[in-house]
Amino acid sequence: MPGRLRTATLRVAQAVPVVIGVVVISFVLTRALPGDPAVYFAGPAADDASIAEIRSALGLDRTLPEQFLIYAGDLLRGDLGQSLSTGQPVAEDLARRLPASLELTGLALLLACGIAIPLGVLAATRPGSFADHACRVMVTAGVSLPTFFTGIVLVYVFYYLLGVAPSPLGRLDFAFIEPEQVTGFYLIDAAIAGDGETWMASAAQLVLPAVTLALFTLAPIARMTRGAMLAALGADFIRTARASGLRPKTVIYTYAFRNALLPVVTTLGMVFSFVLGANVLVEKVFAWPGIGSYAVEALVVSDYAAVQGFVLVMALLFVALNLAIDLLYTVIDPRVGFDGV
Amino acid sequence: MSEPVATPASANAVQVDDTWLHHVSHVLRSNPVTLLAFVLFAGIVVIALFGPWIAPFDPMESNAARALEPPSLRHLFGTDNLGRDVFSRVIVATRLDLTISVAAVALSFVVGSILGSLAGYYGGWLDAALNRVLDMVMAFPLFVLAMGIVAALGNTVENIVYATAIINVPFYARLVRAEVNIRRDAGFVRAARLSGASDTAVLSLHIFPNALPPLMVQVSLNLGWAILNAAGLSFIGLGVRPPTPEWGIMVAEGANFIVSGEWWLAIFPGLSLMLAVFTFNLLGDGLRDIVDPRTRT
Amino acid sequence: MLDVRNLEVSFATRRGNVAAVRGIDLHVDAGETLGIVGESGSGKSVTSYAVMRLLDPAATLSATRLNYGGIDLLRASERDMRDLRGREISMIFQNPRAALNPIRTVGQQISDVLRQHVRAGRSDARSKAIAAMEAVEIRDSAQRFRAYPFELSGGMCQRIVIALALACDPRLLIADEPTTGLDITTQKTVMDLIAKVIRQRNMGAVLITHDLGLAAEYCDRVMVMKDGRVVEQGVPDKLFQHPVDAYTRKLVDANPRAGTTVRELLPNESRSPMPCMKGASQDSLISVDRLGKIFATAGAPVHAVREVSFSISRGGSLGLVGESGSGKSTVSSIIARLADASSGTASFAGADLFDVPAHRFARDPRRARIQMVFQDATDSLNPRHTARQSLLEPIKRLSSSGAKEREARVRELADLVGLPHVLLSRFPHQLSGGQKARVGIARAIAVEPDLLILDEPTAALDVSIQAVILNLLVDLRARLSMTYLFVSHDLQVVRMLCDDVVVMKAGAVVEQGPVSEVLHTPAHDYTKSLIAAAPKPPARVESLGATRISSHA
Repeated sequence: MPGRLRTATLRVAQAVPVVIGVVVISFVLTRALPGDPAVYFAGPAADDASIAEIRSALGLDRTLPEQFLIYAGDLLRGDLGQSLSTGQPVAEDLARRLPASLELTGLALLLACGIAIPLGVLAATRPGSFADHACRVMVTAGVSLPTFFTGIVLVYVFYYLLGVAPSPLGRLDFAFIEPEQVTGFYLIDAAIAGDGETWMASAAQLVLPAVTLALFTLAPIARMTRGAMLAALGADFIRTARASGLRPKTVIYTYAFRNALLPVVTTLGMVFSFVLGANVLVEKVFAWPGIGSYAVEALVVSDYAAVQGFVLVMALLFVALNLAIDLLYTVIDPRVGFDGV
Repeated sequence: MSEPVATPASANAVQVDDTWLHHVSHVLRSNPVTLLAFVLFAGIVVIALFGPWIAPFDPMESNAARALEPPSLRHLFGTDNLGRDVFSRVIVATRLDLTISVAAVALSFVVGSILGSLAGYYGGWLDAALNRVLDMVMAFPLFVLAMGIVAALGNTVENIVYATAIINVPFYARLVRAEVNIRRDAGFVRAARLSGASDTAVLSLHIFPNALPPLMVQVSLNLGWAILNAAGLSFIGLGVRPPTPEWGIMVAEGANFIVSGEWWLAIFPGLSLMLAVFTFNLLGDGLRDIVDPRTRT
Repeated sequence: MLDVRNLEVSFATRRGNVAAVRGIDLHVDAGETLGIVGESGSGKSVTSYAVMRLLDPAATLSATRLNYGGIDLLRASERDMRDLRGREISMIFQNPRAALNPIRTVGQQISDVLRQHVRAGRSDARSKAIAAMEAVEIRDSAQRFRAYPFELSGGMCQRIVIALALACDPRLLIADEPTTGLDITTQKTVMDLIAKVIRQRNMGAVLITHDLGLAAEYCDRVMVMKDGRVVEQGVPDKLFQHPVDAYTRKLVDANPRAGTTVRELLPNESRSPMPCMKGASQDSLISVDRLGKIFATAGAPVHAVREVSFSISRGGSLGLVGESGSGKSTVSSIIARLADASSGTASFAGADLFDVPAHRFARDPRRARIQMVFQDATDSLNPRHTARQSLLEPIKRLSSSGAKEREARVRELADLVGLPHVLLSRFPHQLSGGQKARVGIARAIAVEPDLLILDEPTAALDVSIQAVILNLLVDLRARLSMTYLFVSHDLQVVRMLCDDVVVMKAGAVVEQGPVSEVLHTPAHDYTKSLIAAAPKPPARVESLGATRISSHA
């Protein structure tokens, strides 16, 4: 349908101003630095001359629009500045650590969706059943759990008390060598290398942080699934389907669930926002060498460029995820593209 | 008259007058969890108000001789690595955590309501502009944006409040905008205009009050989220600094001792945090049951 | 074929059990159409769901007999019921668009039913579904197979729902208000189609409706329900011409028919003499000239109203008639000064009405002189304001009176519209539909307007309440010498209340003139089709013994 293709193109086009907005906000955040950024970047031992030198090096003596153009130009070249603490370009640091974060977040999301969606469907189709109560408890408890606290409790129970989990320090125990990098995801790289032991070891490291993150993410997905399912099951067309004698499986899956999926997909955007945020906390708890813990370390030593680079990368990642959701939506909802929506 | 009119007027009127109370009491009776939430909420408020008088020890007083003692009758929640009483610190921290979240939520409530009302009522370019700005804020993962804001504005408690408020504004603005927008052309709003009510009167007397119930639910759920957010920021070292007692920072400090088995340092402040958030979430769900017309008969 | 004895259905609510159906008997034979008529809350729909065993879990069902073709539906397992639904007994619902799965093509939905009942396999489901669509006279069925419900008109959706229901050749069809919400002209074609199919296939049918006209025209036998009981049943002609039960009499009378006065809608005993209408004066109170309204949309601009002109003389009453989308409500909003016109002029009491834009009209001194009664009384009352607060608002803002005078005025208004004073302190959700309509009318007349615009004021009400409200409106107009602009889709109602009528279609006026002329000798084809398609409710033949209190005015 041409209408749908047009809508899809429109969605992609709409992401452009959002990306520009993200860059503007991130620029504003850079300039909102308290005091004189030049003094800040020059460090405590600098004299007036070196501060002035840094000021012109940073372009801080230009007008704001000029500064913005320089900033945007740097971004286009992939230049996020230099990290004070590692001495490396921020972009390189982030690129190196990004796979660790993605592996953790992706696995947590898969876990969460795999549990939450069936649970929400069960709860809605059998009100008052065990699944319904389990769903309700999980939903309320899940959103109340501070992620960093869940992580610590899991570490205490499974590492200290039971001793079944490896020590919560990074992606791989020191006894193992990193698998040869192909994707940057250890599970995939180890599988490619055919290294079963390394695969097991990195999976063992991954379990607790992924479960921690999934526990937090479960709640909003389950809640939304249950609500959307209840709404769909109460709709008139379900009554028609039942009155035509369709079997419950068809009514629930082909009719109700597919309709309920639409609002669930829409809320996934919000869920991504939560996950990416919570990811920072989980990485700190488990000393996970991703971009979240990189940002936390940078914050502690006031490594400014690193933090802003991290914020920007997270935002761009999030915009991309949202765009993917929008496009997915245009594929699964036939109404998209009709009467100008 | 041919249609049913309340004939035994007095009897009927009594029944009608107390339907609201009747409804609330029904919800509370049929769902004791909501009642529990109200009780817990009252408890948290009392602790926040009178914390310093309830705490048995000075939360800042360290005592090297009694460091890292497990929970006992004297120290209910044990002592930390400096020998400070964890129980007292947890109690005293309530006020700070609650203040941060209440202040942040109040700010975003006011700002979001005003922006959302105007955008929902007038529509047009105002609506479009607000939507674009909100889109930009929402384009960031919210916790990450809060990190960026605090890092940029400076590492203080006030800035934690502002950051939390900013990331919450879109929720209120969107909710109010939607609630106002669906009522913009409702019959009663058109009737009010026919009665000579100005835009301001229509918006503030007719439309906004009808948007309040869902807003109150949002406030309650949001309070829990704001506490989590603030605690998360201090957990990674932003905002509140040691030795100030605050739940997030206490968990962060206690985390270092978890691997060596001194669990009480992190667990108790974490549990308090959880309980507070849990209370606000339960309260929000309870309020939703009370205001949701579908549960009313 | 269907045999039901002593059917009872009750719903568990937190105020205890509420009986919806209290012991009714019914039977339907092959080739017979049974009509169940009644107003809202009479239990007519619940009865049909009970037969299908599709009640929600809060309902309890009991009967001494519930048989379909020798099968005991009370004892049948859920699995057996599923085999019956759609194959033996089918249902057609109101609001056809909502009754179809929005994200599944209509062809697939019909195929689902065919395959469920093993009438078709994977390979021939498509051709059989298309055949089912052709059976209900859907043109281009092969193309429509791939359409989603949102791509089809309401009437077309209803055809799909019918095709779905008839796909497996059921022997019993239950139609629950199948045409409610459709335009009059569509309504007629859909009903004719259903009747035709029933006859062709010699099916048994149950038609549930609030519309006596439909029941009289399409049913072999009619049951009248009230409060979960059957009050009377029989052959439609006899039943409606000589009803025995007082409720049936009242219901028959309340339907606006050709040739009746508004007083005759009421039961005999509550008919009062018609008020004496002062003849409309010659000078016009409001005249509209070439009114136009264009809505900007994402696509091409929509001409909602074009070149509409009419005038109403002081004390007169004009009916504005049209189907949904005709632009009649847009015209009324513009004249009520809630919206601005895109083109055209209007003069009110000799002065330009459009000199003040709509958004500033609230402060115009003429605000009090033009008031409006809205279509949906529930929607038009602020849910957080009591009836008293709603009435006080215009008094406070548009007149200068002290607190005591205001309260006196509120009570006076309540008396005028027949609203008991105790109800003044109630909130809208504590009032019945008729009571809310009264509050809406009282608010509109609170500041004694010259021009009262009535936008389908009774469309959401049951007929018996509509009868009362229409009479109230007639009395108020005479008493307060107001001028009416009455917007409606119902020609008979307009005939009873108005002197002149304007017929609109697709934003333009197709015909206008005195009501009697337009209705009896319509010039335009559209007016003719409107008149022809309107259901003809049966008229009661006054028995000689009945006392007639009043005569026609």
